[in-house]
Amino acid sequence: MEKQLKILKYRDLSKLIEKFRSQGFPVLAPVRKGKVVEIEQVQSLDEIALDVLLSTQSAKKAAFPKVEKVLEYTLEKSGTKQFPVDPADYKETILFGVRPCDASGFKSLDAIFGEEPKDQFYLEKKGKSTIISFSCPVADEYCFCTSVGGGPGNTAGSDLQFTGISKDEILVEILTEKGEKLAAIFADLLTDAGKDIDKTKFLADVKVVFDVDGVVEKTTASFNNTALWFEQSLRCIGCGACAFVCPTCACFDFQDEQNTKKGVRLRLWDSCGFSLFTLHTSGHNPREVQSQRWRQRIMHKFAYMPEQLHVVGCEGCGRCSRACPVDMNIKEHLTAIGEKVIV
Amino acid sequence: MEQQNIYQPYLMEIEKITEEAPMVKTFRLKFKNEEEGNNFSFHTGQFGEYSVFGEGEVTFCVASPHTRKGYIECTFREAGRVTSELASLNEGDTIGFRGPYGNIFPIDDWKGKSLLFIAGGIALPPMRSVIWSCLDKRDQFKDITILYGAKSVADLVYKEELAEWKERPDVKLVTTVDPGGENPDWKGEVGFVPTILDRMTPISENTIAIVCGPPVMIKFTFPILEKYGFADEQVYTTLENRMKCGLGKCGRCNVGKVFVCKDGPVFTRTQLKELPDEY
Repeated sequence: MEKQLKILKYRDLSKLIEKFRSQGFPVLAPVRKGKVVEIEQVQSLDEIALDVLLSTQSAKKAAFPKVEKVLEYTLEKSGTKQFPVDPADYKETILFGVRPCDASGFKSLDAIFGEEPKDQFYLEKKGKSTIISFSCPVADEYCFCTSVGGGPGNTAGSDLQFTGISKDEILVEILTEKGEKLAAIFADLLTDAGKDIDKTKFLADVKVVFDVDGVVEKTTASFNNTALWFEQSLRCIGCGACAFVCPTCACFDFQDEQNTKKGVRLRLWDSCGFSLFTLHTSGHNPREVQSQRWRQRIMHKFAYMPEQLHVVGCEGCGRCSRACPVDMNIKEHLTAIGEKVIV
Repeated sequence: MEQQNIYQPYLMEIEKITEEAPMVKTFRLKFKNEEEGNNFSFHTGQFGEYSVFGEGEVTFCVASPHTRKGYIECTFREAGRVTSELASLNEGDTIGFRGPYGNIFPIDDWKGKSLLFIAGGIALPPMRSVIWSCLDKRDQFKDITILYGAKSVADLVYKEELAEWKERPDVKLVTTVDPGGENPDWKGEVGFVPTILDRMTPISENTIAIVCGPPVMIKFTFPILEKYGFADEQVYTTLENRMKCGLGKCGRCNVGKVFVCKDGPVFTRTQLKELPDEY
């Protein structure tokens, strides 16, 4: 659909949340929790941390939660009975105040979970989420969205995008039919915007630091460059924090939990950075050392996903670098691959 | 609208348990829901995720041939958490099964050819499915030769079937045990699989070789096949890697860009040579 431009007053934002709540929509938004900012369900605007650059966790948990039940069963003498978990059992949800890199991060997850056979647990939740992203007026040294095809005002993946254009006013871009449907709920708070509003002047300046096509090409050809992966992963302690905060990481594990009568099968986030991730029962491990695991992380995002799913598995949000306890910086690693590697 | 839960297993009843070797058992599994059983089909080479409810899932090939309907079989060694629990179950107990997953051995393309099966240890089960699938259509193939080796006489699995194959005039079976693994009654060969294969001087012309075994056996078997003129396209194997979903999503079984679960587990040696060294 053709995008529509509207103006919303800042002072009406709280009314907006009230309207969503009174219609019964759960609203997920960034919330301060001590030193971290989580994406959580909120009741009112004052709970929402709209001033933070990025939430600590990405928004992926709205459709791909850290822990999720995929099966329930009872354990009986007469034999086990299982109860399917109905993936259709989810509510229409609003994801509010996330960043453009969060919204576009769902591209990767859509590709992985949407590929046959389709994962309805993800697709149902994603399908029932309407995403209102806030463009970025500021960025920090970890941000590199513009180097991977995104940007501080990128609208890909968003249903609505809000951009502050003055002290009082927000430019509202209505981008999808889902967004249009949601905007109808607060139509009385919107006025028409002129066609000539140039939102770029209200956005952060994020410099392009590498050519993504070059990085993809060089990564794809570098599997056997052992020295490269060794050097890049020397500091890596395999803690997996990077995967847990990443908006595009989708690797998962299953674990059963039970008491004497019943149990559940849970799907949990996992990480290719963990040494146990690929360990065979025999003791053999195809990715035995950390450099192989780091190679997997980079190659999955910058070689395998572009080739097979036609999407680069990185949004340039820099969360992995901010979360890394040993100060690895993916922006620098990718720049090095782009510049130094001779294919 | 009811949506499909791709992680929901079929419920299976353990119909029969066979002790194959120390720590190795075969389960014959029957669908508890008859309709699900009637609608189920698979092809030789495919695998599944077997669940012990409360413990988790484990990945094995289907060890029975696709030419025999109404049940599936799996053979496993008690080794980790789920297999240990599996081994403690009795006939009549219920487990879960998700599948079939992965690609297949293209046995229809092998019509009119001779087949040379080479298996080591606990890798006979995936091959047993192919062997029976081919034996059930015996007239479609020329010579069928099976070379099977294990550490010791006790470790040989499917002893009854080995005896049956030995008796059949249309199958040439060679069994071997590692040096030191023989006993006074042993009438088979003594020596590692590649050594025995070399001694057999296999004929590569119009022959397909299917190789399944521990990595070290495969490593030394391939050069022998090469020595006797087997081209890479004539050699098949099946890979295994740790898996959770079996559907190309959970992210752990890939070898480079190839997912063992959906692009494999069956590979020709040509395909194998294109894979990076990550398995």
